[in-house]
Amino acid sequence: MRVIGCLPQRSVIWRMSTSRVAEFSIALTRYLDGNGAATGPLPGFAAAPADLLPLYRGMLRTRSFDAKAVALQRTGRLGTFASSLGQEAVGVGAASAMAAEDVLLPSFRDQAAQLWRGVTPLELLLYWGGDERGSDFAGPREDFPICVPVASHVPHAAGVALAMKLRGEARAALCLIGDGATSKGDFYEALNIAGVWRLPLVVVVANNQWAISVPRAAQSAGETLAQKAIAAGVPGEQVDGNDVIAVRDGVARALERARSGGGASLIEALTYRLTDHTTADDARRYRDDAEVTPHWHGEPVARLRQYLVANGVWSREDEEHALAGAAGEIEQAAQAFLATGPQPLSAMFDHLFARLPASLRSQRDAALGGEADNG
Amino acid sequence: MADATLVEAIDLALARAMQEDARVLVLGEDVGRDGGVFRATDGLLARFGPGRVLDTPLAEGAIAGLSVGLAAQGFRPVAEIQFMGFAYATIDQMLNHAARLRTRTRGRLSCPMVLRTPCGGGVHAPEHHSESGEACFTNIPGLRIVVPSSPRRGYGLLLAAIRDPDPVLFLEPTRLYRAMREPVSDDGTALPLDQCAILREGGDVALVGWGAVVREMLAAAQQLAEEGVAAEVIDVATLVPLDAASILASVGTTGRCVICHEAPLTAGFGAEIAAQLAGPGLLSLLAPVERVTGWDVVMPLPRLERHDMPSVARIVAAARRSLRHG
Repeated sequence: MRVIGCLPQRSVIWRMSTSRVAEFSIALTRYLDGNGAATGPLPGFAAAPADLLPLYRGMLRTRSFDAKAVALQRTGRLGTFASSLGQEAVGVGAASAMAAEDVLLPSFRDQAAQLWRGVTPLELLLYWGGDERGSDFAGPREDFPICVPVASHVPHAAGVALAMKLRGEARAALCLIGDGATSKGDFYEALNIAGVWRLPLVVVVANNQWAISVPRAAQSAGETLAQKAIAAGVPGEQVDGNDVIAVRDGVARALERARSGGGASLIEALTYRLTDHTTADDARRYRDDAEVTPHWHGEPVARLRQYLVANGVWSREDEEHALAGAAGEIEQAAQAFLATGPQPLSAMFDHLFARLPASLRSQRDAALGGEADNG
Repeated sequence: MADATLVEAIDLALARAMQEDARVLVLGEDVGRDGGVFRATDGLLARFGPGRVLDTPLAEGAIAGLSVGLAAQGFRPVAEIQFMGFAYATIDQMLNHAARLRTRTRGRLSCPMVLRTPCGGGVHAPEHHSESGEACFTNIPGLRIVVPSSPRRGYGLLLAAIRDPDPVLFLEPTRLYRAMREPVSDDGTALPLDQCAILREGGDVALVGWGAVVREMLAAAQQLAEEGVAAEVIDVATLVPLDAASILASVGTTGRCVICHEAPLTAGFGAEIAAQLAGPGLLSLLAPVERVTGWDVVMPLPRLERHDMPSVARIVAAARRSLRHG
C-alpha cells in the first residue's frame, strides 16, 4: 500500500524530568517559654542569670519611657508617638548584640534599641515633641535617625554595610523594620543586593502582627516573613521576639557572620503590638480585646522577670527599686524636654545645605521678619 | 586640550574626580564592564577597579538608597540611572532621605551624593527613554539640580557637583551626548554651581533655558541677529537653587523674556522663572513672558517627538511676538 503526498508523521515524546533544585526550612529559636521557664540550655551570655539583669533593666527603661511619652502626648505636651509596648525585647535584644561601632538604622517604633545604643530619653522626647535636634544624637553619632516612610531605610543600611565592606572594616549595619515593611520593594531590593554582595547587614523584622489595621495574614501569604530571605540568597530565621535571650542570640550570630565576611541575614522576631499603632490610632476599630488579651501572656518583660525571680536574682524590692529608678530618669528627661525652648527660626534654613545658597537668603530673612520679602 | 563630546567629558570628569578623591565611587546598572549604556563610565572599571566602580543589580530605588547610606558613611557616591524615565523610582529616596538627611539630623549626617541620569528627547529612543522630568524634582528642598548644555560645561559642572557636600541631581541631555565636540581641558577645574551662564549677550530679548534646548536658543539668537535683534542667551545650568538674580538682571535690560524647556508647560520649571519675572521682575517687563516648551502631552514616541520639542522656529516666533509689544 502506497501513501502518496503524506509526510511521515514524527511523534515527539517530551519526557517529564523534574528535579528539586532548592530546598529551605526556617528555624525558630526560643530559650524561655511564655512562663519564663528555660526550654533548654541557654547561650553563653545568659549562662549566669544575673548577667541578664542589664537586658531586663533595658526593657523596663523602655517601657517606662513609652508610658511617659504616651502620658505627655495625652496631656498635649508631645506630638504623635508610637509606643513599643510588648515588643521591647526586639530592640533590647538586637541592640545589645551590637558593638558600639556597628551602625543602627531604626524605624519609628525602635526606641528600645535607640535607648540601648545611647540615644537619650531627652533626645527622643525632643524628636517626638517636634524638634529636629532630637535626631542629632550625642551618643551614637553614625546611627541613622528613625525611618518613617517604612522600609526605605533598608537600602541605606545596605549602603552603610557596603561602606564598611569597602573599607575592610569588621563592622555591621543593623536595620530594624516591621512586618508591613517586608511587603515593600525597598526591602526586597536591598536584601537582594546584600545577598549578591555579601554585605555585613542584619535586617531584623519586628513582626508585631499588625501594620496599623492590617494583620500579618493579610500582609503576606508566606508562612513566615523570614523565608523572604531565601529568595535573596541570605539566611533567614525566626526568633521568639518576646524572648530577649532568643533575639540577642539570633542577632549576635548574624552580626558575627556579617562582621566576619559571611554576608547578610534576615531575622524575623515574632512579637505582638499590645497597644495602638500610635497615639493617633484607636486599635479598637479593627481588633477587639479577645484578640489582644491572650498576648499579654508571655510578654517580654514579665517573661524575663519570671525567669530572674525563679533563679533568685530578682526580688519584689529589686523591681520596685528599678521601676522607681527608671521612672525617675525618664521624669527628669521629661522635665528637661519641657524646659527646652524651641530652636531659632533660622534653623529651618541653616541645615538645608552645608552653605545657605544666595537664593535662599531672602526667604530666610523674610522668615526672620526682616525687610526682604519672599521674592 | 583635546576635543570631547559631552559623554566623553562626563567620563573625563568622573575619572578626574575618582583620581583626586578616593571617596568617590561610581555605581549603577552596567557602569562597570559595559562602561554605561552611553559609555559615560567607559574605562573606569579598568582604571579604578571593582571596589570603586560597582555594577549594581537592577533596582533604581536601591541605587539611590545605597548612595544615601554610602554618603552618610563618608563616601562620595556618583550613581547612574540609565534613563530619566527610570529615575522617577528614585524620587522617594531623593525626597524623603537624600535631600533631608542633613536637615533631619541638624548636620550630624549629610548626603554628598550625585545622581546622574540622561534626560530629554531627540535621539529616537524607545518609550520612557526621552523624559524631561526635572520639574518632578525641583520642588524638593535640599536637592540641587544641575543641567549642562555642552561638553565643557558638563565637565566643569559635574566636577562641582561631585565636590559639593550636598546631594545633586545631574541631568545629562542625551541629545547632546554626541552632538558636538569642543575643547575640554581636563585640568580639574570646576564651574560654579548655583549660577546662570550668559552664553551670548544681547539687549533686546532674553532667551532663558537649560540643557539641550540651549542649542536651539543659540541658533534662534543667531537667526534673530540676522533680523537685527540682539538676543541674550542664558543657560540656567543650576535649576535649584535658582540664580534668579542673573535672569532678573538680564530682563531688567531687555524687558522681554522667552523661557525654553523640553518638559511640559504646566508647572514646568519655566513657571517658576515666569513667577520670578511676574514678581520682582514685573516692572521691567515690556511684554508678556513667553514660554516655549513641550506640550502638555505624554512624551511621544520617535515619529512625533520633534513636534513636541521646542524648535528654533518656535523660539524665534516667540521672540518676535515678544518684540511686537511696547
